[in-house]
Order: sequence, then structure tokens, then C-alpha cells
Amino acid sequence: MSTTVQEGTEGRSRAEVVWIALRAGVLFIVLCGLVYPLVSTGLAQLVFPHQANGSLLKDSDGRIVGSELIGQSFSADPGAFHGRVSSIDYMAEASGSNNFAPSNPDLIARMEASIADWQANNPDIPVSELPIALITNSGSGLDPHITPQSAFVQIPRISKVTGIPEVELASLVNEHTEKREWGIFGETRVNVLKLNLAMIEKQRA
Amino acid sequence: MDILQIVIVIGLLVLIARPLGHYMHRVFSNEPSRTDRLFGWCEKPIFALIGLKQRTGMSWKRYACSFLVTNFVLVALGYILLRLQSGLPLNPNGIPNMETTLALNTIISFMTNTNLQHYSGESGLTYFTQMAVITMMMFTSAASGFSVAAAFVRGITSKGNTLGNFFEDFVKAHTRIFLPLATIVTLVLVALQVPQTLDPTLTVTTLQGATQQIAIGPVASLESIKHLGTNGGGFFGVNSAHPFENPNAMTNIIQILSMWSLPAALPFMYGRFAKSGKQAWVIFSAMMLLFLVFLTVAYTAERSGNPLLNDIGIDASQGSMEGKEVRFGIAGSALFTTVTTAATTGSVNNMHDTLTPLGGMVPLVEMMLNVVFGGKGVGLMNMLIYAILAVFICGLMVGRTPEFLGRKIEPREMKLIAIAILAHPFIILAPTALTFVSDLGMGSISNSGFHGITQVLYEYVSAAANNGSGFEGLADNTPFWNISTGLVMFFGRYISIIAMLAVAGSLARKQWVPETIGTFRTDNALFTFLLIGTVVLIGALTFLPVLALGPIAEYLTIR
Repeated sequence: MSTTVQEGTEGRSRAEVVWIALRAGVLFIVLCGLVYPLVSTGLAQLVFPHQANGSLLKDSDGRIVGSELIGQSFSADPGAFHGRVSSIDYMAEASGSNNFAPSNPDLIARMEASIADWQANNPDIPVSELPIALITNSGSGLDPHITPQSAFVQIPRISKVTGIPEVELASLVNEHTEKREWGIFGETRVNVLKLNLAMIEKQRA
Repeated sequence: MDILQIVIVIGLLVLIARPLGHYMHRVFSNEPSRTDRLFGWCEKPIFALIGLKQRTGMSWKRYACSFLVTNFVLVALGYILLRLQSGLPLNPNGIPNMETTLALNTIISFMTNTNLQHYSGESGLTYFTQMAVITMMMFTSAASGFSVAAAFVRGITSKGNTLGNFFEDFVKAHTRIFLPLATIVTLVLVALQVPQTLDPTLTVTTLQGATQQIAIGPVASLESIKHLGTNGGGFFGVNSAHPFENPNAMTNIIQILSMWSLPAALPFMYGRFAKSGKQAWVIFSAMMLLFLVFLTVAYTAERSGNPLLNDIGIDASQGSMEGKEVRFGIAGSALFTTVTTAATTGSVNNMHDTLTPLGGMVPLVEMMLNVVFGGKGVGLMNMLIYAILAVFICGLMVGRTPEFLGRKIEPREMKLIAIAILAHPFIILAPTALTFVSDLGMGSISNSGFHGITQVLYEYVSAAANNGSGFEGLADNTPFWNISTGLVMFFGRYISIIAMLAVAGSLARKQWVPETIGTFRTDNALFTFLLIGTVVLIGALTFLPVLALGPIAEYLTIR
């Protein structure tokens, strides 16, 4: 070691460090910043094109209706299953929420408004059965899922508006309930977009 | 089922950590091995291209200098790219150049492995800068951290004047650890529905006939290194809560294990260097015990929910779901939160600002301690520094010169260790206090009351610990926050690393003292508890008052 940092070579070796660092900097920008992501993109597009392009969902006519991973806003239509609260109204060019702290008075006000709205539109289901997941804002504002319970409590309202019998809606929800992965990981859930799509196609048929 | 899935993930981690640590020892011990044949072919041209002729060992000063100069070069080049991004290729969405203070903050943030983000990826970066700046720095900052950790471990476990060659370590960390692992994880993530494309934002007509624009891009390649390198900066604003970044429970577990396994493997690498498997278990179990306590608090707090919402009359039995995603639920969110702030990754799959007071205190305290696994090498270094401190305190109590791994601990080392340990609370508490007397800082607080104190505190803790998660309600893209957190991240990273390299350099030069019957043992369960005690003691002395003002006060008001 003492041979490399001898007195006389100190200045030269310092310049050498800078020179190596510069070359390493440029090389790793190319290697990690361009080669790696572009090769990954190529491989991904080749092997998994559907997933790599956003898992787009088509209806039976082949029309793209969105991505199965990204939630959509249904809150204006009482005849559709509603997703969770989204402060960005599922505008997926961005993402986010209001980040209300648990002690924030605005959070309580928003929840109370949701409850009042629920009572007005769902007289058959008491507020005590309204699941918390349905009236809380997801982290992303784009959550595509609701809990199965959140889907079931909406059935009486939807049945009244659309005329589809409640039993049929219930079996539709059961059909679209996704289980925990490997029976263990994650949560049971319902994809709102897929469920509404299935309901519309059922009506059409 | 909640407990089962958490236990399985922890079990997998314990299985992975030891063999991975031994592999890392093979990478950084520089002894000839089979892995040379596997990777030598691509390393030779890299060494030639960067002009590294001989890979001779460096003194601690030269090692630190090489590390700093390399980081500085990357900062300078990255800053230029961010400022010129609108005119560079791969900008299909027409993103403008980044503003000066924001670009400065961003570049420091990514070089220091912090990944605090004051921009939102969808609107702030082009595909080119997402790749050539952000993804690139996720590799290089993690490799820098790993190299420094390897040098530190060599210093405290070997004799001589050198800590290894920085450039050799830096290249090997890429070729033998991060690049191969990242490529594999990327493809697995894509298979599990994480997008990877250069197409611009999608426009679709929704089921209701409205138009929805969906931001997309080369997400998976960033996502894998974001976790493997314990970086944490998301492609999208909401990070791993975004369904494209983290579409299901399996990707969630892969991301948790990706960010956790390398930091958890480092104690075992250290054990091999110290030629003592027991030393490895002492450090690993101290980290794991602390982790389990924090996980229990976070899970219980989130599962019990927000008292104010529990009393509102709805069915709140699921727990605190504000800011969380249905596909992860409480268990997947609490585990992710505890791991991301333990491993100082800073990615989030739920919004930490919306956590219940005690649930939100867990990430805060983990970052304050900064030793519960810890990211990219720094966690192990911090824990070893605390180990030396524990030896010192015990030595004082029995009136013996303290020794660690056969080396006497003397005033020079203790001074450096004091600097490394005290810098952390100082760069957190001083700017936090300053913020409360300035309108520039106060104006950014979005949640009033005690939670507002926590928001400010969290931002600086996250910056100082090089974590990068945030209480994201804070409106932090202002020159005040960009510059102040930029400085905190800078000092948080470099002061402690340089002090620790100096300690390593000084220990490496010492005479070894033979082990006798009177030598204080550092490889048994007693020492594990002394170590935990030292960490908790120092942490409590420095941070308890400010915790009482923030999360604890909020907890008491809404209880």
C-alpha cells in the first residue's frame, strides 16, 4: 500500500482519482441509465407485452375501456358500483390524496358528508353496515378495488336503479371476488371496473 | 391470516439473509473465487474503460476522497441533465426543464440514496431523466454505500493501512450484485403486471364515457432497483401505492424482500470478515428484535384504527383505511411501512401522513435510530458504531480499556464516533426548530395542531436518515424546503460516512491485543441486549422530548 501513496506521487495520483471518477461517471450513466432500462424494456415488450403496456382491459366488442389496474370514477352513476373516495377523482395523469392526518377536522367533515350522502341514496342499508374502506380515500387515489363487503352493501341501490334482481347482482359480485394470492397474501377484493363491465355486458345480453 | 402472511415474509428474509451475506463477502473479500469466472469477462472492459490500471488498496483518506469525487461527478452530470431535460430525447409528454432549487434538491436526494421527492414523477421528469438520472443514481448511490460499508468492515476486521480500492468495490457492487439482481426482479415485476414501456401517457374512454389519461412509462426497471438499492423514489408521485408500481400482494412482497434482504445480509457479510458467525448473529438479532417491536406497534395501531372514525357510526372494524390500498390491507401496509423505514428505503405503499399517531411514530423512530437494518451499508456501520460505544460504556463501568474485535478503543475513535452519532440529531432538531420560527416553513404545514409538528419533524428526520419517505401533505416544493432538506441530506450522508471511514482507518492501523479471560465478550446474547440498550438509550435521550410534542401529543388528544 505505502508504495501507491508515496509523497512524490500524491499530486499525480489525486489527478488520477478525478480522471477515473469522471470516466466512471459517464460509463455508469450509460450502463445503468440507458443500457439497463432499454434492455429491460426490450425484454419486457418481447416476453410480456400485455403487462408491459399497462394491462389494458377490453369489452366484448374489443374496445379498450381502461386499465384493469387503474380505478375509474363511477360516483355520478347510482346504477353502477362505486369505488373508493378519490380526491383526484381517478384522474390518472397524476396520483395522490389529501393526506389528511387522523386528527384533521377536514377528514371528519368529509366522512360525515359521505355518510349523509350514503343515507340519502341507500336507505335500505343502515350506516352501521357501511364499511370504512368505501368512504376513505385510498393512498394513490386510483385504487381499482373495494372490499367484497363494500360491493354487497351497494346491491340494493343498484338493483332499484337498474332493475337487475339482487340475487343476480350478488352472484356477479361473488364471481368477481378475487381471493388472496395463494390463499394467504393480500386481501380479498373486488375490481370495480371489471365488475361494472360485467354488469353492463349482462344487461346488454 | 394477517399474522401468517407477515410471519412468512419474515421467515423468508431470515432464510435469504445468511447465504446472501456470505455471497457478498465473496464479492468484497477480493479473494479468487468461482464468481470471478462468472463476472470477470464484463468487469475487465469496465476497468479498462474507466482507466483503473492497478487495483491497489487505498488509505482511508484516499478511499473517502475517491468516494466523494465520484459522487460529485455524478451530481454535476445529473444536475445538467435535469436542467436540460425538455430538449433531450424521450420526452413524449413535453415535460419542461426542472427549476434550480428543485433540481438541486433532487440531485442531492438521489445521490445520497435518500430519494426525498419534492417533484411528482408524472409531471416533473421525462422518460430520459427517469432513466439516465433517477434510475442511474439508484444504482450508483447504492453501490457507493455498499462500497463504503465493505471498506469499513475491512478496516475494523483486518490489519494494515488500507481499506480496499474504492473503484474496484464500486464496479463489483454493480456487476455482481445490483445489475444482475435488478434485471431479474424487473422481469418478474413485469410478469406480475408492472408496466415497462416508452409509450407516452395513455388516453382511454372510460366505461362511463369520460376521457381518462393514464400516466405510464418504464416503471418496472426503476421499481426493482428502487428497492434493491434501498432508494425509495417512486416513478409516480404516490410511489408504491400506485397500482402500476405495485399492482398486487405478490409484487408487494417482492418489493419488501428486495429492499430488506441486502441490508439484512450485511451483518452476515461482516461475520465472515470478522471470522465469527456469532458476531453476525449478535448484530442481526439486535436489529431483528428492535424491528419486531416496531412492527407490532405499527400493526396494532393501524388495526385498531383512528378513534375519531371508529366513533362516527360506520363499520370501522377493518382498521384505519384512510390513505391505504384495499389490495394490501392493514397487514401489507403496516409491514411495508415498518420495513421501508427500517431499511431506510423510503418508498411507501400507503400514505404515512394518514397513519394513526402511534402508527406514524414507528417510521419516525426507526429513522431516528437509523440502525434497524438500515439501508445500503450505512445501517450496519451505524450499528457497529453503537457496538463500539456499548463496549466503551461497559469498559468504563468495569474500569478496563475497552476493546472491540481485539483492538483498543481510544480517544481518537471515541471522538469520531461522537461526531458520527451526534451529527444525526443535530441536523434534525436544529432545522426543525428553525422552521417553527420562520413563516417560509410554517406556511407549508397542511395538517394543523400537533400533527403539523410531526410533519416538519418527519421531513427532516427522513432527510437526515437518507430515507426519503414523507408526510406528503407538507407542501415541500418551495425554495425554503428544497434548500434546507438538501443541506440536511448532504450532511446526513457525508459527515457520518467520513467519520466512520476515519474510525476504520484508525482501527486498521492498531496492534491487536491478545484475547484473555478478562476480555469483554461481544459475541453473546448479553451483548445483544447491551447493544439494544445503548441504541434505545441514546435515541430516547435525544428524541423523546420532540416525540412528546408531535405524535404522542396527537395520540393523547384523539384517544
